[in-house]
Amino acid sequence: MFVSKKLLSRTAAGMAAAGVLALAAALSPASAQESVKIGLILPMTGGQASTGKQIDNAIKLYMQQHGDTVAGKKIEVILKDDAALPDNTKRLAQELIVNDKVNVIAGFGVTPAALAAAPLATQGKIPEVVMAAGTSIITERSPYIVRTSFTLAQSSTIIADWAVKNGIKKVATLTSDYAPGNDALNFFKEHFTAGGGEIVEEVKVPLANPDFAPFLQRMKDAKPDAMFVFVPAGQGGNFMKQYAERGLDKSGIKVIGPGDVTDDDLLNNMGDAVLGTVTAHIYSAAHPSAMNKEFVAAYKKAFGSRPGFMAVSGYDGINLIYEALKKTGGKTEGDALVEAMKGMKWESPRGPISIDPETRDIVQNVYIRKVEKADGELYNVEFQTFEAVKDSGKTKK
Amino acid sequence: MSAPSDVGQVARLHARWHWSEIAFWILTIACAFLFPSRFLIMTDIVRLALFALSLDLILGYAGIVSLGHAAFFGVGAYCAGLLSLHGIINEPVIALIVAGLAATLIGFLTSFLVIRGVDLTRLMVTLGIALLLEALAERFSNITGGTDGLQGIEMQPILGVFAFDMFGKVGFFYSLAVLFALFLLARRIVHSPFGLSLRAIKNNPLRAAAIGVPVNRRLIAVYTLAAFYAGIAGALFTQTTALASLDVFSFERSADLMLVLVIGGTGYLYGGLIGAVVFKMLQEFFSSLTPQYWQFWIGLVLVVIVLLGRDRLHRWALWLPNLIVKQFGGAKSVVAVSESDAP
Repeated sequence: MFVSKKLLSRTAAGMAAAGVLALAAALSPASAQESVKIGLILPMTGGQASTGKQIDNAIKLYMQQHGDTVAGKKIEVILKDDAALPDNTKRLAQELIVNDKVNVIAGFGVTPAALAAAPLATQGKIPEVVMAAGTSIITERSPYIVRTSFTLAQSSTIIADWAVKNGIKKVATLTSDYAPGNDALNFFKEHFTAGGGEIVEEVKVPLANPDFAPFLQRMKDAKPDAMFVFVPAGQGGNFMKQYAERGLDKSGIKVIGPGDVTDDDLLNNMGDAVLGTVTAHIYSAAHPSAMNKEFVAAYKKAFGSRPGFMAVSGYDGINLIYEALKKTGGKTEGDALVEAMKGMKWESPRGPISIDPETRDIVQNVYIRKVEKADGELYNVEFQTFEAVKDSGKTKK
Repeated sequence: MSAPSDVGQVARLHARWHWSEIAFWILTIACAFLFPSRFLIMTDIVRLALFALSLDLILGYAGIVSLGHAAFFGVGAYCAGLLSLHGIINEPVIALIVAGLAATLIGFLTSFLVIRGVDLTRLMVTLGIALLLEALAERFSNITGGTDGLQGIEMQPILGVFAFDMFGKVGFFYSLAVLFALFLLARRIVHSPFGLSLRAIKNNPLRAAAIGVPVNRRLIAVYTLAAFYAGIAGALFTQTTALASLDVFSFERSADLMLVLVIGGTGYLYGGLIGAVVFKMLQEFFSSLTPQYWQFWIGLVLVVIVLLGRDRLHRWALWLPNLIVKQFGGAKSVVAVSESDAP
């Protein structure tokens, strides 16, 4: 033991020297280029990986369709994986801004990740395009944040109003215990109770450990007319499986909620228990527009699966960046880009959308949909449209 | 068997600073000036190194295996976060120490559970403690912020002078200073009679007890000390990132730490430091190469490391430095690796 000590400390020094050499090789700074760089930070591994994959796919598809040159500048996307951990997000965002000199940061799978990058966007005067995270407060954290996904307030208030109008009196709620889940719950509750409805049971499920069985039993015992469910997109399949296993589909308790639970990404594998589920959401792969049909076909052809709402958010996000660059004539200065993004209107696969010039948040149609079978596949079929819904979750001024 | 006086002499000899150790620290500081744009990842490495040092103290010196070391990291992280969030202690250095002491307390209390078993039991107990704390943090989300984490932590300047900047420069030097100070302390401790008695316990607890070493008390002491180190690492995490969420307790964090020591080796204090550098660089390298499948490559590299054995890798890694040393100092001063350097 003693004899080896000296040798070991020598090893230590030697290893350190080798390490520095390796470090020097790995860390050599990227060369500056005449191009527009977009730093895309997404969860590509871990529990939220499906979100990252969809957005990444959609951006690749968009760039295939529209080319990689805008206003004379070449678009370069640098993809980084943050595994949905905010400290990673912050580090990656900082390195992208300082070392890679990106002009825009984009992506952000979860709310804490989007919030962690917000101060960097402000300090670096870099537009932050949020393509997934859905808590209302996000856009208030930095004047450089623009969102192309959605907020939970948008869909939750609509489904609450719909439930009241359609004779649902008693509702039990099951929501994931984190910021978007709490947003969904609060906005639903506010609108539902204001309309005369009653919440009979309120359950919050841990985000990291989605075993719904014990919670579902409580739902069953509470005997509500319907249960309001919010789980993040990737967990919908698991939820529906346990919902069917517990026999809730036969007990007449229907599932309502924001559309995350019946995300197109997983919907087709959920089985017939999901039939009849009514959700309010911003996008369905079955949206009957020519543009969407083309989008779905192209996405399926390229990646072999159906695009979900995350894919559409990514597709719109990159479109927003392209259009803003066109408008500024290739100028990449942060303030100019954000200014160009404000108030922008365009036709998306999900329908007509625009960016609210005041809040920099997305304004879009919210659709009430019911899960139905078409050509042997399960789809969210839209049957009612609420037009140009703004986010009602902003802090009242 | 050597006479007692010889043992003392050998021990003193080995407690002396070797030139290579000084070179190591100079190189570390040089990194700060070589890569001024990479402060955040270097801070990350320093934090991980401190955390690994903590595990090395119990694993490398006392032979306690732990799969739940993140428990203390998490306690430190939340403690520092809460202190700053509620403005209880605004000065980061004092908050750092308080957070470390909070982790020490938890370490002391849980050490009684840990010393009861042997390896497999210890793995399970430590893992259990970390899971328990994670569940508690989730349950009391009104205090901890749950999955969203503590929001709105704003760090005050260190000692009222050095404000944390966006590029992480202050954070890096702060972390490095803390690491160095705690490293000196650890170095002093492992070369003290206390440290030597730990090694005796690690080699053979029964024999150590027979020659009069109070085995359990020593193990409790070192486990508590390691908890302090881990708590400080956690507090540094919160202070330098202004974040603290449930993942500070996560199993992955404890498991990664084991990997760091697998790469770096245990029982000579530098293992955790070198392991942290290599592990983070591998992660950074592979995840920028392939953001989607980097975990596969990391896994592959780890399997290769274990299969090849660290000794052989050390020799390969040292081939170039040896060549340089040979040019200047002749064949004698080669940085060699002994075949029997298993700690």
